[in-house]
Amino acid sequence: MYRYDHYDQAMVDARVAEFRDQAQRRLDGKLTEDQFKPLRLMNGLYLQLHAYMLRVAIPYGTLDSRQMRMLADIAEKYDRGYGHFTTRQNIQYNWIKLEDAADILADLATVEMHAIQTSGNCIRNISSDHFAGAAADELVDPRPYAELLRQWSSFHPEFSYLPRKFKIAVIASESDRAAMRLHDIGIRIVEKGGMLGAAFYVGGGMGRTPMIAPLVRDFVPLDQLVTYAEACLRVYNRHGRRDNKYKARIKILVHELGAEEYTRQVEEEFAHLLGQGIEPPLAELERIKDFFPDPAFSTDAPTDIDRSDSAFALWVDRNTHPHKIPGHASAVISLKPVGGIPGDATAGQMRLMANLAERYSFDECRVMHTQNVVLPHVRMADLHAIWTELEAAGLGSPNLDTIEDIIACPGLDYCSLANARSIPVAQRIQERFAETGRTEVLGELKLKISGCINACGHHHAGHIGILGVDRKGVENYQLLLGGSEAQDTALAKITGPGFDEEGIVDAVEKATDVYLDQRQGGERFLDTYRRIGMTPFKEALYG
Amino acid sequence: MKILTGNDLKTGAVVWWDGVSWSIHVEDAVDAGESADDIAAREEALRRVNVPYAIEAEKTENGIRPAHIKDRIRALGPTVRPDLTLKPADPEAGNWVI
Amino acid sequence: MAELLRFRDDEAVDHPAVTVDSFLGQSNANAVRIEPGDDARALLPHLDQVSLVEVNFPVFGDGRGYSAARILREAGYTGELRAVGDVLVDQIALMRRCGFDAFEPDKPLDDADVETALARWPHVYQPTTDGRVPIRTKRHE
Repeated sequence: MYRYDHYDQAMVDARVAEFRDQAQRRLDGKLTEDQFKPLRLMNGLYLQLHAYMLRVAIPYGTLDSRQMRMLADIAEKYDRGYGHFTTRQNIQYNWIKLEDAADILADLATVEMHAIQTSGNCIRNISSDHFAGAAADELVDPRPYAELLRQWSSFHPEFSYLPRKFKIAVIASESDRAAMRLHDIGIRIVEKGGMLGAAFYVGGGMGRTPMIAPLVRDFVPLDQLVTYAEACLRVYNRHGRRDNKYKARIKILVHELGAEEYTRQVEEEFAHLLGQGIEPPLAELERIKDFFPDPAFSTDAPTDIDRSDSAFALWVDRNTHPHKIPGHASAVISLKPVGGIPGDATAGQMRLMANLAERYSFDECRVMHTQNVVLPHVRMADLHAIWTELEAAGLGSPNLDTIEDIIACPGLDYCSLANARSIPVAQRIQERFAETGRTEVLGELKLKISGCINACGHHHAGHIGILGVDRKGVENYQLLLGGSEAQDTALAKITGPGFDEEGIVDAVEKATDVYLDQRQGGERFLDTYRRIGMTPFKEALYG
Repeated sequence: MKILTGNDLKTGAVVWWDGVSWSIHVEDAVDAGESADDIAAREEALRRVNVPYAIEAEKTENGIRPAHIKDRIRALGPTVRPDLTLKPADPEAGNWVI
Repeated sequence: MAELLRFRDDEAVDHPAVTVDSFLGQSNANAVRIEPGDDARALLPHLDQVSLVEVNFPVFGDGRGYSAARILREAGYTGELRAVGDVLVDQIALMRRCGFDAFEPDKPLDDADVETALARWPHVYQPTTDGRVPIRTKRHE
């Protein structure tokens, strides 16, 4: 894992002092709310429905046990005993006081954490593949590149007042587990002629105008990576729309200019910036890489496990992912118990996850964009012990990538932007499918719910998506089908008129009926939808 | 009726204008009528409230009911965590927001 | 009149700046004012005759002026670069990094706050033309 040196620590400490001063000036009336808002947002502090909310950055989702325990301590000391893991691999707390915010940031800084740029019109926390360093199919570990970009983007002098927020994801495998092409910039580390480089996809995003990022450059040499990103951002900062906040994301600029013209402008800026000494020395990338060595895996770890306990065997089949080292696996801790709140974890659960990471996973865990937590490097021989502890803590749901593993934004229960509640809908769907025993029969089915058009719940990218809207003051839910945020990125299409809360649960069930009726061979829901199209689903829903 | 709401500047807590000060209970809200904007501006300048705004509400036999579901959820708390709402002992409280 | 905060020793230009359009249409002005939508690069062929560039921030959240400033400095402009308009104390440290060396905010800034803001950052991550040595260079010296 990356470790701060005295430079990184000094920068984070300076930020805490800066925010303490800003918060005090707000409390003293020297700053208006309009002036304070962008400053608090750049430190992750929102004003939500019930209180301030603090979003803490978890760079590329990676945490050690000490950090996870601090997250638990903060939940207890300053909040109401729990936190919410988000779709961008961060955590947020729902009941924060402005007067406590600087103290929380100071506590975080003691474990090399912060809330820098987790909101605001700036470059947000860089996300990555939650199986980085563990997946059998990756070219290299993408996290050193994410860390390089984290430092470049932190307190960037030119890009702190962008037209709109800016999200970057970095991956290094063919499989996309980070919704890379639905980011403002998606970077895939690739190999060409024996050299490593970066493919840049620019202008993707969800929100009210979802777009899949086009490829802008298929290979940027690694010693020009940061400079190319700087060029992409400068063109956006200068020419992105500022007249309408709904058209201010880079996806609109790329779309309006056309990918070709945007690329031309980037290349021109890039040619100029190459002469400006923007790029960190390669020695810096090497220094960062040294923080991400393979842990000391045992080379002779046993590969067979006792599957006589069927509940355990189901969890292994559902919640573990192949590891690059034989005898190991990445084990996913589901934060989606039936009837629970997707992504929520209590302080006690966080501490348990910290303990498991420390004992079984080389002191590392990862937050997934699906709002679960993964222990990336566990020995298969330890899986039963891990599962036993998870089960006892209500964290053993064997439902990864099933219809119970729902992504849901906080929705109108917490969020001031929401139009409808998301969490109760997720709970009703989970309960319906758990009751009917359909979950396992349906296999992989990614269902994602957003409580408003901003799409924090990734509804455009769900095999089944649900969008909550406000219809004359009443919550209403639209159904979408056919999205994907994996390497086969696709945007879901709306089926037709929306439903009330009860109706949307029925509608989801009807859609799965169509699938079960029509599926061939080993097709997933998404495969069947792609083969048969929308019509049979529409007939079942509205016919 | 027109009632005033906002969040406490220091704590972020949802508050309602009760005619003299700010209460966390929507039942205490009073009709601010024509003076809503003036009160909001004055109270915000005094930093006794953050981003206040006026909303429509009606007086019912069960107390004051904000017209929009968002403000009813603000008045109660998250419906998915009844234990954290202002009415943790009332299992039916969540139905009030719908 | 807004107060002028200046980090230069030379004499300040004492006449009003002209718009980019009128500057490009005449040849004798030496002070020009860039609005957010203007292309700073249009000035590059004429930098040797310019002593003052004002960059206007009509609203503090419009960050185009930061790019304008860096573009001018990267092209070798050494004259005064003045941020004017809705310029707030929490922005001036970043503006200094982008090359601004004068500030004329609509609302005067508190001197103590300015001093605190400019002394805030012990190090920097990114290189700019301000000459500060970035962390990634210090690490490998």
